[in-house]
Amino acid sequence: MTTVDIKPEVSSQEAAHLSDRAKAERNLGWKLAGPAFVIMLLVTLYPICYAVYLSLFNYRLTDPAGRKLVWLQNYVTALSDPLFWQAFGTTFAIVVITLIVELVLGMAIAMVMNKVVWPRRTLRTIVLIPYAIVTVVSAFSWKYAAQIDTGFFNHWLHTLTFGAWDEQFNWFGGWFSSIVIICFSEIWKTTPFMSLLLLAGLAQVDSAQEEAAKVDGATWWQRFTKVILPNMKAALMVALLFRTLDAVRIYDNPYVMTGGANKTTTLSMLVGTETVSRVEIGMGSALAVILFVIVLIIAFIFVKLFKVDLTTSGRS
Amino acid sequence: MTTINLEHIVKKYGDGFPAINDVSLDIKDGEFVILVGPSGSGKSTLLRMIVGLEDITSGDLLINDKRVNDLAPRDRNLAMVFQNYALYPHLSVFENIAFPLRLQKGKHSEAEIKAKVEDAAGMLELTEHLDRKPGNLSGGQRQRVAMGRAIVRDADAFLFDEPLSNLDAKLRGQMRTEIARMQRRLGITTVYVTHDQTEAMTLGDKVAVLKRGVLQQIASPRELYEQPVNLFVAGFIGSPPMNFLPARVDGSTLKLPFVDVPISGELESKVQGKDVVIVGLRPEHLKDATVETAPQHSVHFNAVVDQTEWLGNEQYAYIPYDADPSVQEQLDELDRDLDGEGMRTQLVVNLDARSRVLEGDEAELAFDPAVMQVFDPETGDSLTRDEAKAAEIAADSEKMRKAALERAKAREASQAERSA
Amino acid sequence: MDTTMSNKAKNGLGLVSIVIMIWTIIPLLWIVATSLKSDAALADPKQNVLGNFWPKDISWDNYKLIFSGGASDLFVPALWHSIIVCVVATVISVALATFCAYAISRLDFPGKKLILTSSLAVSFFPVIAMVTPLFNLWRQVGLFDTIPGLIIPYLALTLPLSIWTLSAFFQQIPWEMEQAAQVDGATSWQAFVKVVAPLAAPGVFTTAIIAFFTAWNDFVFSSNLTAQNAQTVPAALNFFTGASQFVQPTGAICAAAVIVTIPVVILVLVFQRRIVTGLTSGAVKG
Repeated sequence: MTTVDIKPEVSSQEAAHLSDRAKAERNLGWKLAGPAFVIMLLVTLYPICYAVYLSLFNYRLTDPAGRKLVWLQNYVTALSDPLFWQAFGTTFAIVVITLIVELVLGMAIAMVMNKVVWPRRTLRTIVLIPYAIVTVVSAFSWKYAAQIDTGFFNHWLHTLTFGAWDEQFNWFGGWFSSIVIICFSEIWKTTPFMSLLLLAGLAQVDSAQEEAAKVDGATWWQRFTKVILPNMKAALMVALLFRTLDAVRIYDNPYVMTGGANKTTTLSMLVGTETVSRVEIGMGSALAVILFVIVLIIAFIFVKLFKVDLTTSGRS
Repeated sequence: MTTINLEHIVKKYGDGFPAINDVSLDIKDGEFVILVGPSGSGKSTLLRMIVGLEDITSGDLLINDKRVNDLAPRDRNLAMVFQNYALYPHLSVFENIAFPLRLQKGKHSEAEIKAKVEDAAGMLELTEHLDRKPGNLSGGQRQRVAMGRAIVRDADAFLFDEPLSNLDAKLRGQMRTEIARMQRRLGITTVYVTHDQTEAMTLGDKVAVLKRGVLQQIASPRELYEQPVNLFVAGFIGSPPMNFLPARVDGSTLKLPFVDVPISGELESKVQGKDVVIVGLRPEHLKDATVETAPQHSVHFNAVVDQTEWLGNEQYAYIPYDADPSVQEQLDELDRDLDGEGMRTQLVVNLDARSRVLEGDEAELAFDPAVMQVFDPETGDSLTRDEAKAAEIAADSEKMRKAALERAKAREASQAERSA
Repeated sequence: MDTTMSNKAKNGLGLVSIVIMIWTIIPLLWIVATSLKSDAALADPKQNVLGNFWPKDISWDNYKLIFSGGASDLFVPALWHSIIVCVVATVISVALATFCAYAISRLDFPGKKLILTSSLAVSFFPVIAMVTPLFNLWRQVGLFDTIPGLIIPYLALTLPLSIWTLSAFFQQIPWEMEQAAQVDGATSWQAFVKVVAPLAAPGVFTTAIIAFFTAWNDFVFSSNLTAQNAQTVPAALNFFTGASQFVQPTGAICAAAVIVTIPVVILVLVFQRRIVTGLTSGAVKG
């Protein structure tokens, strides 16, 4: 027989049953996720904290007995050292140049990849290759290409300019030309990643909106700035943030190409030489902490000012 | 033989909100029971509790008189068809259907599995698709694979979670009859969740109407239609929905927006002391007096038709009116409960296709006061429900169900004989 | 695809694509070309074609040098170090991240967001900042210039990346399948082996490739935390010497560079589509 029985009251003892199950799920969750989380923090956060501690000492590795607590003296020394500001300037120049070029180039490549019919698949594969290449390899390739004796740059430029370009031009003879080659290598290596992120953003733009704008009489440029760009703002910001933080840490390229000659030492290289070559652990740590703070500030600016929300992307 | 009994089932989430509140249902062997309600009514939750994918906060769930509250889904021996089919994308259609059989290690030989899968595939016309992957199938084919997976199991009961909601209208109609045929043929106890009342009315032996986790009424489709227990059930069942009109009580007269209706007997005593009641009138119970002869005792009235829709076999006319503000709030709430949009108050009339009423014309309409449903505006309860008649309908429906099962069995037997 | 595009636009885009591909491929061809030049041809435009680009006569001397000649003492061990360190670091971090990402996408527990946010934040850490304290610590505990001494910091590179990428992958798995399997009569283990694992495997595999690329690319840790016993190829390239004191090791470096590039190029060619999904799904909702 079918019975209908409606009683709105529920015993409260059953509430505990549910929370038990939720508790079990919580436990299991942390049991599975915990090891990865703890190890991740151990291998990253611990060195950083240790660096903050070490940065307060005047400490040479070769002279452990002479270790002395100097509080913030290392920071004062570093920030008043012209060498630091030189490295800062070089890093800043590389960040700005690569960011602007990569944004324009990356966007162009992304738009081509989005629309191209032939050779769609091949293009996407080829473009991905530089991303996978070891940075050091890219650096050597560009270095040898630009060198006077082994390279081809000067020969090609000489031909292209009908002899106006000096075949003996020394790319690594000055600050600016060195930076140009460093940026070339960096741009070649990292633009693919940028354009892939932008392509993912482009793919999210509803093509019906574009068509609507077309019907409403928008020009190509208007469609690009008023429909496409605002719709992919999130992807654009994420790509910019990733690239900026990556470029600030630049190390491999200038290390291989110039080794810091012609004032092309970057902040990361400064930390490296201070630590490994000069074994000034205290000073090296102080510089490392400064670099870390710079990265934090940039990330903070992006997240707060540009409202980049990274956690919602890819998360439900 | 499978019976499913729900006894005072309650489901509460972390915040203490009861998604299901004290629902009791008895499902008999071979019965096709529909759980229906608007979104958020808890119908899917209830189904998932039966199959074991949701915990039961309190109450007892019995399958074949055995308490199964704490059994894992795999130990309940129920087959389920999911809303988006949940086909395994990495397995072929054959392997998808064979999946439950392969899980019962050693129970079936390879030849047995092959025979069972091919049998099910034949029944569902999937034979030529057995080697394909689900990703390459159409919506209807996927749906049938999901059903195939349920059939091969020899499960105690079938559970369907809105199985047709992802199909287009035409396919939905076809699959609906397919499911009905299959259920009768296998004679298997079935619980089916839907928000589509056509599915509810056509498929169900019994339909359970839920509203915000509370069971409103469980009865045969005919009983729900003719003898609803309250405003919600009356408004939910039927398409186009029942018209609800405010009526002032004046002694032995109900004053409706267009007409005064005399009342007497039990109804008269029930409405005593109330200022206003809500009168429910089904669109098809209103007749165009100029082309159809209205039944005896009909009341006649004239009203201006605002809009008509001619569909060939029938015709709808829309007649706007001003609602009584004293019951407006109750009607608005009902509209929200039914997922409505709070549109203008208008009377919908299902006219004969021959009717030549034009937009802007004054139509001459009539209805029999005996078919009128009257509801208490405070509680929403029906004041016109006739228990004796309801019991009669229930008994009648039960008889028809048994007969249908017998017929299906007999047909099956004769078919088996012929093929043997 | 845009079918309304005119043929002219199509051809134009095709042309631009070819320009992009040439720009991408030239530095690669260049390093191959240089590796095939004999010492004499290196700085002599007369022995090369296309403006000192491609050698007239191909020479395999540089490859002989790094595999059996004077540079083999440096290169062959470095190649082994690279392979061991990168594979071990990848396996460890992907294994840990798989459990972690499964919990994040499948279970409800407080701290999910914290794990994801910190894994992202940690991947922005300037790696060089970890070098100084690790250099000091490794010197003291004897991990300097050892394989484990390199695997541990490599986890800092690969683990956050793996957690982030895998979580994004797992989020897209229709977990309803697991429930369907349970209703079909599967035990938790059967549901995992027969349904979850086949669905999750592509994501895990792709994450492993990306993590491997990241480890393979490292120069900062290897060049600062090793001397010769654990040095990987990118760091070793800087210590190559020529056949004699007066000869630049250019050819040998290029040959070694080509060798370490071959595996990653093959991975890209074979798994291009998956890698793109992996790189972008973590960063951009899609």
